[in-house]
Amino acid sequence: MLGLEGTGVALAYIFTILATLLCIVYGWVNWNKGDEHETKEIKEELKWEEKDSKLAK
Amino acid sequence: MEISLLMIITVVVYLIATAIFGYVGYKQTTSSSDFLVAGRKQHPVIMALSYGATFISTSAIVGFGGAAATMGMGMLWLTFLNIFVGIFIAFVYFGKRTRKMGHSLDAHTFPELMGRRYESRFIQGASGLLIFIFMPLYAGAVMIGGAVFLQQVFGINYETALLFFALITAIYVVFGGMKGVMYTDAFQGAIMFIGMAILLVFTYVKLGGVVTAHEHLTALSALVPDGMKAGGHQGWTSMPKFASPMWMSLVTTLVMGVGLGVLAQPQLSVRFMTVKSNKELNRAVIIGGIFILMMTGVAFTVGALTNVYFVEKYNMISLDVTKADPELLKAMDEGKILPAKQAPKPAAAEKAAPVTAVKQAAGAAGTAAVKAPAKKAIPDNIIPLYIAKAMPEWFTALFMVTLLAAAMSTLSSQFHTMGTAISRDFYEKGLNISSKNNLLINKIGTGIGIVFAVVVAWLLPKVIEGGSNIIAIGTSLFFGLCAAAFIPMYIGALYSKMVTRTAAISSFIIGSLTSLFWMAFFHTKESAALKICKFIFNKDTLATTPVLATLDPIVVALPVSFLVIIVVSLLTKKTGDKHLLKCFDGIKHIAAKTAKGGK
Repeated sequence: MLGLEGTGVALAYIFTILATLLCIVYGWVNWNKGDEHETKEIKEELKWEEKDSKLAK
Repeated sequence: MEISLLMIITVVVYLIATAIFGYVGYKQTTSSSDFLVAGRKQHPVIMALSYGATFISTSAIVGFGGAAATMGMGMLWLTFLNIFVGIFIAFVYFGKRTRKMGHSLDAHTFPELMGRRYESRFIQGASGLLIFIFMPLYAGAVMIGGAVFLQQVFGINYETALLFFALITAIYVVFGGMKGVMYTDAFQGAIMFIGMAILLVFTYVKLGGVVTAHEHLTALSALVPDGMKAGGHQGWTSMPKFASPMWMSLVTTLVMGVGLGVLAQPQLSVRFMTVKSNKELNRAVIIGGIFILMMTGVAFTVGALTNVYFVEKYNMISLDVTKADPELLKAMDEGKILPAKQAPKPAAAEKAAPVTAVKQAAGAAGTAAVKAPAKKAIPDNIIPLYIAKAMPEWFTALFMVTLLAAAMSTLSSQFHTMGTAISRDFYEKGLNISSKNNLLINKIGTGIGIVFAVVVAWLLPKVIEGGSNIIAIGTSLFFGLCAAAFIPMYIGALYSKMVTRTAAISSFIIGSLTSLFWMAFFHTKESAALKICKFIFNKDTLATTPVLATLDPIVVALPVSFLVIIVVSLLTKKTGDKHLLKCFDGIKHIAAKTAKGGK
């Protein structure tokens, strides 16, 4: 298969390409999902930034 | 190879661009959050390229490419794991929870995430120390990869090449922090992508297309040296014989050690905490998957195919070319000497004929006697030699920058992680020493880490014999150790409320010790080099069979580590619900169960 002698190597070649396709399809399907920048997280960030600026001083 | 003006210009342009990106990072770094996790607001493309470029070093291209030239295309199983485990599983199943939990617990490093999740200063401090002590082994391997290439291209000595890498990289890590590291990583990742894409296309076109090139490589199985055949080699397009020493080395050390070890790499896991939401991680999966395919996929395929090129050109397999006298190769390049025809074995003579037929150039002066040279073969030199001999000069310049970029992007993250491990994790948290200026402590820690790594890189080739895939081994060792020490604890942290602090500590200690013990006394590749076994027992290994001697530490230590974390969790006091609710805040499934008091 594909000029490759051993099945083990041919499978590795094919699985490698399939794994890449899986990544592409997953990313494509979930492109706009998972945006969870909630109010709570914004508050947490503000708190850390205050702490960071205190430490920097 | 002589240094051309084109090469100098390419390198100078690359260095200037790197300096600009490092400077942008420096200007944007105003807080410790910026320095440690790039402000947690990175773009998915930058995050994915940075993750990929950090993951893939020169050692993955030069070292593992050389290993593929030796062992064959079975190395593609590692590419499969790199993409499926290293990108898909890592981003989707580890990345999202790491990001969320890191956010909830205000963790800035991987050891800090573990330490806060398990409410243990010991875990944070000891993890930091483990990283600081052993990461230089990996950083050393990365520097060797780059240094070997520079030696080939510029003809400079090894020490100069090491200092060059360390110094340039250190500057933008120390000043630019994580932002500097990620911006330069993304730029370097883009160069790597272009370089490897051209290398793949060029190689397949040169060798007659995808299937033809593979067929020619298959036909070379008759030329496998007897020593390698005895080790289990069955040709470059077949897997080595099951359970043979070569199979053990390929499958347990290279494929499993690196393929699974990636899940608990501190310098990679911390990148999940640099984006603001899961949306960025979803998008980064696409870029990460394609990027890794073009890195290790290309390196391993081209690495194996170098045999076809070298047999056609010199009538020598790649390993033999690294042993051949450079003057002899040059004379053959110029047509002054013709390569001797190797007699293929009878059974394979017909298949091997198309590639072993040596073109008799007009006016040839003689034939090179390709005897078994006395020098040791050095797999790490195969890819550099292939680039130097097979590629046009403009590409050699581009590829040199590709390798510089690969080495620097990995090295910068290693320096950053070593710096934060010794300063924030070990010194500040582990030893509980508060400091007014933690940025300065970070920079000092990074400086110490850099010196340590350079010394290791300088010593490694002297301690471990040449020709033993030193770069690939150095990399897989660190990956294997991280796997045994961190994977069970990391999975427990993200997915289970049952895992206790004592269990995590026990798994960390026993996993690390088992891994180190196996390296020191059983796995011959390391035990022979470390010489501890020789000193105590007056032999290289305590293994009584070849299988045990070649069984990688990860195969032993990872199951032991898992077993310990499960058993000790069952026997010790559970973590309080209040803390678990904080840890799993926003991770709906477990948070909901905990709130209901479910077990």
